[in-house]
Parts: sequence; C-alpha cells; structure tokens
Amino acid sequence: MSTNPLIFEHSRPGRRAAAQIPRAVDDNALADLPAHLRREGKPALPEVSEPEVVRHYTNTSAQNFAIDKQFYPLGSCTMKYNPRGANKAAMMPGFLARHPLAPERHSQGYMECMHELQDFLKEVTGMEDVSLAPMAGAQGEFSGVAMIRKYHEANGDDERSEILIPEAAHGTNPATAVMCGYKVREVPVGKDGDVDLDALKEAVGPQTAGLMMTNPSTCGVFERKIEEIAKTVHDAGGLLYYDGANLNAILGKVRPGDMGFDVIHMNLHKTFATPHGGGGPGAGPVGVSKRLQRYMPTPVVGQRDNGSFYWKDTDELPDSIGHLSAFMGNAGVLLRAYFYAMVLGREGMIRVGEYSTLAANYLSKRLQDVGCDAAYPSRRASHEFLLTFARQAKHNGVTAVDVAKRLLDYNQHAPTVYFPLLVPECFLIEPTETETKEALDRFVDAMENILKEAKDDPDLLHGAPYTQPLTRLDEVQAAKELDLAYKEEGAA
Amino acid sequence: MPYIPHTPDEVRSMLDTIGAESIEALFDEIPAHLKADKLDKLPEGRPEMEVLAQMGERAARDGQPLCFLGAGAYDHHVPAAVWELATRGEFYTAYTPYQAEASQGTLQTIYEFQTMMSRLTGMEVSNASVYDGASGLAEAVLMALRANRKSKSRRVLVPDAVNPRYRAAVESITSNQGVEQELVPFCTEAGQTLTDSLKPYEGDDYAALVVPQPNFFGSIEEVDALTNWAHEQNMLVIALVNPTALALLTPPGEWGQQGADIVVGEGQPLGCPISSGGPYFGFMCCTRKLVRQMPGRIIAKAEDTEGRTGYTMTLQAREQHIRRSKATSNICTNQGLAMTAATIHMALLGPEGLTNTAAQSHSKLNQLLDKLTAIDGVEKAFTAPGFHEAVIRLPKPAQAVVDALSEQNILAGYPLSQSYHGQDDQLLICATEKRTEDEMDRFANALQEVLQ
Repeated sequence: MSTNPLIFEHSRPGRRAAAQIPRAVDDNALADLPAHLRREGKPALPEVSEPEVVRHYTNTSAQNFAIDKQFYPLGSCTMKYNPRGANKAAMMPGFLARHPLAPERHSQGYMECMHELQDFLKEVTGMEDVSLAPMAGAQGEFSGVAMIRKYHEANGDDERSEILIPEAAHGTNPATAVMCGYKVREVPVGKDGDVDLDALKEAVGPQTAGLMMTNPSTCGVFERKIEEIAKTVHDAGGLLYYDGANLNAILGKVRPGDMGFDVIHMNLHKTFATPHGGGGPGAGPVGVSKRLQRYMPTPVVGQRDNGSFYWKDTDELPDSIGHLSAFMGNAGVLLRAYFYAMVLGREGMIRVGEYSTLAANYLSKRLQDVGCDAAYPSRRASHEFLLTFARQAKHNGVTAVDVAKRLLDYNQHAPTVYFPLLVPECFLIEPTETETKEALDRFVDAMENILKEAKDDPDLLHGAPYTQPLTRLDEVQAAKELDLAYKEEGAA
Repeated sequence: MPYIPHTPDEVRSMLDTIGAESIEALFDEIPAHLKADKLDKLPEGRPEMEVLAQMGERAARDGQPLCFLGAGAYDHHVPAAVWELATRGEFYTAYTPYQAEASQGTLQTIYEFQTMMSRLTGMEVSNASVYDGASGLAEAVLMALRANRKSKSRRVLVPDAVNPRYRAAVESITSNQGVEQELVPFCTEAGQTLTDSLKPYEGDDYAALVVPQPNFFGSIEEVDALTNWAHEQNMLVIALVNPTALALLTPPGEWGQQGADIVVGEGQPLGCPISSGGPYFGFMCCTRKLVRQMPGRIIAKAEDTEGRTGYTMTLQAREQHIRRSKATSNICTNQGLAMTAATIHMALLGPEGLTNTAAQSHSKLNQLLDKLTAIDGVEKAFTAPGFHEAVIRLPKPAQAVVDALSEQNILAGYPLSQSYHGQDDQLLICATEKRTEDEMDRFANALQEVLQ
C-alpha cells in the first residue's frame, strides 16, 4: 500500500504528453547508425499525460517539509529564506541560454556579475582572492586541502602527511583530507566547546600539513583561542583551513582572513540564501591568502585594463589545482548568490551575522527556561546551539530522535540530530535571521509540550510522528531488501 | 532590513529575554581586535527592482546567439512544466531528507529518478546524482579502483577521445590519491577508439577502461568490442554516456558479453538549460554487485510501521556523515534540484519523446553536415557516424572561423585546437532537435561567407 503512487503506476501503454514529443523522423534518417549498436525497443520511461505529470509532482512535492512551509532549524545547514527574486534573476532567458563555452563577446554580462561576486566575497571574508569554481561545500573543501598539498609540495615539504581535524567537525572534513591523500588526526574538544589547545600543541609537528576547522564550531560556539590555534599550526609549518559551514554566524562581524586562515570555502547555499533544493545544487567558492593564490581552482574571472572580462585559466595560473567540473561551476547558483549580495549590500551583510546570532541566543535562552539542557550553558550561542537530551534518555527512555519525530507533529522541522557526535542525544538548532519572533516562540511552545509528554507518556514519543503521510520507516529492513528501482508487477 | 522580520520593539524584547544590553554584546566572546571594520568596499544594498533591472540588462547583453556548439552542454528543449514544478517551494526550499517522514516528496522523486536511470542505462542501481559528468567520471574512476579486486593498479585507461575537460577534472580530483590516466589514442581516420589501439596494453594491470558513447568527437564507438576486451583483461568498464543518445543506442548494461560495470554521464540534456555550465547533474549507475562502492546518496523503498510504502536513504555507512575518513567519497549535497527537474523531464517526454528527441537531433546533424560539406573545402573529418555531433575540417583555422561567426551571433562550434594538437582546422559541431532548417541555412551561408 502506498499513499502516493509512483509516476510509473500512472503509466498506461500508449498514453503520452503529446505536446512534448518532437516529430518522428523517418527510418532512413537513422539508417547510418550501425544496427548492432542500436537499442532494442524504447527506454521504459513512464507513459503519462502532461496534466498527470503536473498533478503527480505537485502532490509529491506537497509531502515535503520546506522553508516555504515550515520553520526548518537544521543546525549547520542555514535554512534561511531563499528570495524568489534570486530565482527570477538566475532564470532570465539570457542567462539560461548562455553556453558555457560561448566566446567572450557573448559572456560579458555574465562575467561582470561573477567578477563582482568574486570581489564581494573577497571583501566580506578578508581573503586575497576568490575562485567560484567548486560546485558544493565538499568540493570547496577538496580544493582547499588540495591547495595546501600543492603549497607544501612546491616548497619541497614532502613529509607533511597529516591533516588535523577537531572531533566535532563535519564528516566531509576527514573524508576530504583522505581524498587529498592525507591521513587524519582528530583533535579533542574541551568541556567548554573550544578545541583542547594542549592536545593540539601535542598533535602538531613536522608531519602536519594543516588544520581544518569551522568557526564558530559545530558545537555552536565561537572558538575563542583561534589566534593561538592559528599560531600553533603556523609555527609548526602547517596551514589553516576554514570550513565556511557556519560563516552565517559571523558574516560582517569577523572575517576568516583576519583570524589567520590561509584558505576558506563558503557555502553559498547556506550563507548567501541559495536554495537547498532537496539536496543541492550548492556552490562552494574558495577564498585564499596571498601565498595560495597561484593554486586556486580554475577558471576565475579576470578583468583587463580596458574593462572587459575574460576567463583566467591554467595558462595564466599554471600552478592551479585545475578544473573541478566540465565547465565553471554551478553558474545558476552563483547568480542567485550574486542577487542576494547585491540586495543586502554592506549593511545587510553585517545584519546577517547580528540577527542570526540574536535569534539563536533568544531561542536558546527560551528553551532553557522551559526545561531544555544546553550542552554549553555558560557560552554565548553563535548562530546555532546544542541541546542535549541525555537527561530525558536516562530518566524517561526518550531519545533525541523521539523528540525530533514528535516535533514533526507540531509542524516543526526537526533540528540536526546526533551531530556533533561528542555530545550525547543532541540537537543542533539553527534558527537563522529570517524567522519571526512568533515562529521562534511557537517552536519553544512545541518543545515545552514535548518535554511534558516525555515525562507523562514516553511511548507517545516513541511512536511519533502521527500526522505525516507515513509513520517511522524500517530502515534496517530497507537496507536488507535494497529495492532501489521500481519493477512493475509481474516484471522479472 | 531585507528578509529580516524583526521590529525594534521585538529586538529589545528578545535582548531582554537573553539579558543582553545590545546585539553587539552577543559577540563578546570574540576578541575585540578581530572584529571587522566597516566593510567599506562593499556596495550599498539595493531593492529587488534595481538589482533585477541590472541583471536583466546584463543577461540580455550576452545576446542568446544561435547555438551549434555542444562539447558537453546541449541546447535541447525543456518543457515549460519542468522548472515550474521543480521550483515549487516544496522542492526548492527543502534539504537533504534526513527526516524521512517529512521528506517523502524528495525521497520518492529520487527513487523515481533512480528507476528511470536504471532503465535508460540498463543497470541495476543508480544513485541520487553527483555534481556533473566530469566530476562523476572522477568518482567512477575512484570507485573502480576500490571495486576491482583483481587489480592492484592505480592506473586506468582513458581514450584520448574522451572529453578533454573531463580528463582534466579527473586529473584534478584523483591525482592526489596516486591515480594515473593512461591515454589511449584514437584512429584519426575513423574518429573512434579501436580495439587495435588497446593491443599495447594487453597483459598490463589497469583497474578500468573508460568507454565513451558517443565520444567527444560525436562518433559512435564499437562499445561491445571495447567492453569485451576490457573484461578479458580483468579491467572494469566505466561507460561514459550521453543520456539522450541512449534512447537510440544499446544501453551500457547490455554492452558486450557482461555489460558495463559503472555508468556515468552528464545529465544536463535531460531538462537542464545550458545556463553557463551549471547547475547540471552527473548520473551514476552500477551493477548490484558494486553498490557498496557507490558514492553519494541512494534511496530505497521501505515500509512504515503500518505497512505502508515509503522511501528512505539507505546504505549510509558508505557516506561521509557516518563513515567520516572511511567514506567512499566526501560528497554530501548533490544536485537534487537538477535531478528533480530531470525526473519531471523524463516523465513528460516518455519513451517516445526521448526517442524522437534523439532521432531528431541525429537527423538534424546529418542535414547540417550535408549543408556544410556542400561548401568548398569543408568536409567531414572522420568516417564514423556521429550521434548529434561531428567534426568537420575547414580550409581555415577553426578558431578564426568561430570568432568571425560569433560576430554574426552564431556559435559555430568548438575548435579542437583548444584541446588537441595538430587539429587546428577541425571544428566540432552539434545539432539538436531545436535547430530549424532556416537556422542551419543561416549557419551555412555565414560559414560560406567567412571562408571566401
């Protein structure tokens, strides 16, 4: 039984969306294709009418929670409002029709936007230069660590085999270090949420290529000893990588370049309000200090003395780590970020950091007032903060997942759960600057009720959610059966 | 304050709740001397109306030239409903489906996408997309190295006829793990990769052979022979395919005796506008045997506690958020919205629509070739049939011709001199179902003039 049939279940032989079907060609037109390389029969795509497709995907979309429908406080994901104007801008026919390999004369308008975006990002992060090439945060990370590697190699510093990563870091950090051919050494985080500086001092050495860190960290606090950390790593000959996942918290207030970072990536789908799209596309531009400038991923938009724009490629940047995609990154995402940057401007940038921090500290305080436990109660929240349900787990047998699922019944998307791993039964909550005070208060009301339910009727939480199209799914059974593609009944 | 809702009274009340004097006080853990100055170099914010007007002017400035350029990005028709639906807020503003019960829209769409891609490629498994075709090829190479238990090699065989931009991306992404690409030359008459060219590698240890279909020159390759050769040599076969072409050509799952092992390609032709190179999406499929080596998100059918059908992320132990440094890749976010558009696109076209799109594109390429090769000194460079691209030889350097036609608002194609030595007179051209007889005549006439 399913609540929303698959598009394949609407399929009827011979039905079609006729307006979308190009005219048939006569068979002679295909005669030059060798018969032994031809497909037998047509691909088994669904046979449906256009009205059915529109209704099906409209109904399917309705089964999602989304920022446009709900408060969506996923920690470290920055689920803020995605301006519709940005979408309109990126979907302008001239931008959509521009071929990525179009000559310069057919690219000046697009490149002017990208050049201004590069300049804007440089200034707001305090970095020497910016490349827009990486297509996602993880690709930005990859670029950054690959540049660190190139830098050491160029210096003949071949013994540096290790990347240091605080234990609270995103999973992409260690995975990236390995993709760049490094070993990973984790650095512990202290009780106050800051990196354990003594442990760091012991960990650094001639084998250290660099340190990857997020600041404010994924513990939801600003790393107060950042300058000492930078000095420790730099003194050992390593470089400092800034994971921009939490840049929203400090936008316009502190610049990574001023904190001593050598290379950074930004998640434009977080900080610059481009849509998350159900899991991408993102954009992960990288910013570099002067010493890493020559290694930036290509292409980069340059400007000539006469004002015209051009692509700086590996001929001009021969030491570049090279191309990361077939063309020049996720252009449509970059255009949306450009729109956002231009609408917000200088004052708007500063307000992002300020109001996202205000919202997080307000929400944190109110949640603690109704009985939630903060993981770091003595600290200021950044743009996000950690709660722990360790107490409820112990006394009521209620886990963070139970609370998360119950929140869905209150029409609130759950925060990030079980991340970072070092805090038991945790919620990482990021409200963002675009939510009203009422929206934050409604979340507090929901949490207050759920805490009460956890005490009075823990089973109620174990069975949640009750109001969604489905109840909890059996992931174990799903992984065992591993049904990854639909088969019609009776099909082999 | 654009997109920020708080009134001054609300701000005061929130600060009072927190017990803070001012917003600035919330930043008191940051060392004062680190605080940013006034960011004077940033422009002042402007209303939406003004920004849209300026971007509109710039978009228009790029001129929407008549497009006979492909080389990895193809100008197909995208039904109006595709992006109307894909940009619905429920798709557009959701994130990775961590909470399955509240994300069935995204999860079911991915499951439908996986099914469509499995059927199109003839493979058992598809993931939920990777960034693009080029980075997808890099992921496929890394996957093949993990998956090929019979090989100890860090080397893969890659035809020179594979898109050079893809080879460059593979180099950037995999070289830090010691991966080497050995270039297999192509036949300069046929424009194909011949099994004869593979003879020198027989008996050597390579983890995989990449088999493009069609290759960068548009030529259709003898995929069965190449696949069988690689399997005889204990190499895995990575099929690099154009998804539109698969409506007409043998799906990789049926290549040779055993079929390809991994299939990747650029998904852009399935509903993504050419839009300056992105966002597109890479698709990635494989045999069931290799599913645990696959990078990226995979969605499985599941049952809820009431026995109802739903969909959920599965095999997450492959992924970075669980496995960290032992993950199959660092990929996290993929190209979800572009993949959603592709799913809607394929549903609208159906079997007949995609087949006719491919057939029209192929037919128009041949019409275009007839018109262009009727010009003195213009001839087909290779003998192999093309799908919707082909290389022509010109009596002048191709780059100069492209520059000249660009002034007439025509994108004539891709000069191979940009990527290959000694092929200065060769131009890669493309036709899709969108090109009309009039447009082809315009191109032919303009080319004739430029060549005179």
